[in-house]
This record gives sequence, structure tokens and C-alpha cells, in this order.
Amino acid sequence: MSSVLYDTPGPRAKRRNVLLSVVFFALLLLLAWWIWQTMDDKGQLAGALWKPFVEADAWTTYLLPGLSNTLKAAALAMVIALPLGAFFGIARLSDHRWVRGPAAVVVEFFRAIPVLLLMLFANELYARYTDVTSEDRPFYAVVTGLVLYNASVLAEVVRAGILSLPRGQTEAAKAIGLRKGQTMTSILLPQAVTAMLPAIVSQLVVIVKDTALGGVMIGYGELLNSRSTLAANYANVVPSFIVVAAIYIVLNFALTTFASWLEARLRRSKRGTGAVLGADKVDDVNAAEVGGTYGTGAGGGAI
Amino acid sequence: MFDFLEGYDVLGAFWMTVKLTVFSAVGSLIWGTLLAAMRVSPVPLMRGFGTAYVNIVRNIPLTVIIVFSSLGLADIFGVTLGAKDDFDVLGFRLAVLSLVAYTAAFVCESIRSGINTVPLGQAEAARAIGLNFSQTLRLIVLPQAFRSVIGPLANVLIALTKNTTVAAAIGVAEAATLMKDMIENEAQTLAIGAVFALGFVILTLPTGLILGWLAKRLAVKR
Repeated sequence: MSSVLYDTPGPRAKRRNVLLSVVFFALLLLLAWWIWQTMDDKGQLAGALWKPFVEADAWTTYLLPGLSNTLKAAALAMVIALPLGAFFGIARLSDHRWVRGPAAVVVEFFRAIPVLLLMLFANELYARYTDVTSEDRPFYAVVTGLVLYNASVLAEVVRAGILSLPRGQTEAAKAIGLRKGQTMTSILLPQAVTAMLPAIVSQLVVIVKDTALGGVMIGYGELLNSRSTLAANYANVVPSFIVVAAIYIVLNFALTTFASWLEARLRRSKRGTGAVLGADKVDDVNAAEVGGTYGTGAGGGAI
Repeated sequence: MFDFLEGYDVLGAFWMTVKLTVFSAVGSLIWGTLLAAMRVSPVPLMRGFGTAYVNIVRNIPLTVIIVFSSLGLADIFGVTLGAKDDFDVLGFRLAVLSLVAYTAAFVCESIRSGINTVPLGQAEAARAIGLNFSQTLRLIVLPQAFRSVIGPLANVLIALTKNTTVAAAIGVAEAATLMKDMIENEAQTLAIGAVFALGFVILTLPTGLILGWLAKRLAVKR
């Protein structure tokens, strides 16, 4: 592989690269050795601590129910947030200032607040003013927090999706005499949804990661929460963290890969206008872009 | 009307949030830049390490990293970061370490996308006058890349500000920890929620505005 940043290595550069590789490899080995040694010292490598993960019990009692709760909260949050986000996204594009303004305030407000605060607040609100049972309350609170935050993020995604369509689409719709509502529902929205699909899948990764917050802070029985019961039972803190982290990595990596596959497919496809919102857009939007720096950057990388 | 604030150090909690943000921002900018340099370097092993690091860290929830830093790194590996007995200091340092490790992956990706916006001719011209890889990167490419990624980096900074609340999971006395405490013990749920929400709007709004303005001002006009 060659890059514009450096020449194709000659004999001296090759030698230097090999040397650097060796030094870097030695450093990595040293780190790995230190981790291995410390884990050995503290008895975290004992086979008994890892054994639960090859048996069905640990999975069926702890990890799988936890994972299913994670997925349940994430999926429900996405399903509720999507129409809500579409509503606010379209409202922000309204021709009327009194619709546009309040929608913008709501969206920017919820994007500026950490999702944890929304969860804590929702949890307390349900505890005080509703008769949701205390077992169900964490689930309600987690989903509410996720919905409020992600609806406002998705509102921006929807808005960007509609704005990414060529002007000709609206103009053609006007020319054949469609009203504003008809233009939106039968011309713009269907195309925007297709363009948004990769961005929506990427947003799922953010939602899945945020469910872990509900597990630790308000006791929702998701994957990270079930890890602590598991570790209390088998006394295997480090192994359980490694397994749980691996589950998250596999899950989110699959989602990310699916999103980029979708994006590439949409870009290639001959049908449609070729407008696509990729994962970059999600990164841009997620970080409460209060400064309105749309399009100035080269695709950000937020959380 | 605001008597529910009495007995609580709201400003102190937000000051802790600011401190977490600033320390983590500086740390992740340095570590993220190093990672980005690794990802574009001529040494394949470093490229591989950079890619693996970013892909692994980005896909783990920050909560998992922060909780592990306390239960795993401190309790089992015995990493105390020079704060063996002071529980508060230890929590703070572990939180900063986790936030740096996590945020650096996003900083790295921003900077790498910035490097991609620098026109090919710049790097080619640098090579033509005989600069080597590190000179090309330090003197020609990164200065231009940084100017074009102020916008995305501002987003990362805002996200980082919000992510410091996750430090509540290991009991660092920052805004979310205090809010949890207050909201459970005081009657004015709505008012408490509003105060803390406002606090975060005050923290993130100027960051976005100032850095957005800077991004426009400093962007390389092409």
C-alpha cells in the first residue's frame, strides 16, 4: 500500500520501518506481558473463573437475558424516537416561523443535555407521579431518556435527509400541482428515508451503548447490569468484563458494518437521486451542534 | 423559590464537570493525534494497532470502560495512579483516564478525516522538496488538517462534556451525581431537572458558538 504522505520505501526507509515495527512490537509485548502477569498474580486467569462462559448456565441466567433487555430497550427507543424525530425534523423545515422556532428550541435543548440526566429525571418523574411498578420503572425511564435524546438527534438526521435531496424534486412536485403536505409525504419523505437508512442504523449503535448507562445508574437489568450479578456469583470480575465488552463489540461492529454496506449499496444504486446520509452525519449531529456548523467540517466523529 | 438549592454545592459539582472535561479534552487531543499519526504512518504494525484500537474502543459503551477502570483496573490490577488512599482523587483520575481512552478514538477519526481533506498536491509538494514522513505530517499536513477539523472536534468536545456525566457511575462528585442525590431527596423534581439542564446548556452552548465561529474563521479557503 502506498500513500501520498510518504514515498515508496527505499532500502534505508525499509530498514527503518522494520526497526520501528520491532520496537513497537516489543512495546506491545511488554504491555501484554504486564497485563498477563498482573492477571496471573491476582488469580484472574484461573480456569474456574472462565469456565462459566463455556457452560450454558452463565449465558441463560445472566448474559442472554441481559442482552435481550439491552436490545429490547434499544429497539423500542428507536421505534418511538423515529416518528417523533420525523415530526420535529419536518417541523423545523416548516414555512411558518411559529412552527419552525419552537421545534428548533426543543430539538437543540434535548441535544444539549446528557442522556443520563434525562434518564434520572424520567425515573424520578415516574416514581412520583405515575403508578408504574418499581420493577418496570427503570425500563420506562431508560426508554424515555433514550427517546427524548435520540428523537432530537433523528430530527436533525431527517432534516439533513430532506435537505440532501436535489431541489428539482420539490420543484417538479410543485409543477405538477402537489400541495406542500403532498410533496412532503409522497415525494420528499420516501426518498429521504432511503437516504437516511445508513444514518439510522449508525444511530442504533449509539442507543445500544447508552442503554448501559441505565443499567449502572438506575438499575435496569441490561447486559452491563447482569454482568455485575454474574461476577458476584462467580467472583470473576475481569473475565466477565472481557466477555461483556466482546459482546458489545461484536454487536456494534455488526451494526456499523451493516450501515456502511447499506451506504455503499445506496451510493451505487442507479435508482433514486443518489443522496445518502452516512455515518459521518450521525457523528456530526450527535454532539449538539449548537454552533450550526453544518457542512463546515469533513464529517466529524462524535459519540 | 430556589431554597431547595441550599445545602447542595451545585456550582462545585459543575466545576468538577468542567475539570473532567478540560483534563480529558487535553489528554484525548494528544492521544488522538498520536493515534491518527499511527493510522497514516508507513509502519504497517502501527497502522494495524491504530485501526484495531479505534474499532474496539468505539464499539464499547463508555459506561463499561469507566466501571471497569474502577472495578477492574483499580481494584484488581492495583492501578492507583498515585492516589492510593484518596478515594475522590482516585475516582477523578480513573474517570479522566477512561474518558481520554474513549474520546481519543473519536478525535483520531476526526483528525484522519481532516487529513483526507488536505489536497494531494500539498503532500506531493512536501515530498518533492525532500521532506520525510514526519516532516510532511508535522509541517504541512497536520496544520492544515487541524484547521479544517475544528468543527468536528468541537462536536467531540461537546459530546465529551456530556459524557463526563458517566463518571457518576463510579461516584465522582460531578453534576449527574449531585442531581441524582438531589432529585431523590428534594420535592422540586422539575426545578432540579431544569437547573441541571440549564447548567449543561450553559456549558455546551458557548463551546459550540465560539468553536463554530473559529472553525469558519480558520478554515483553509480553497
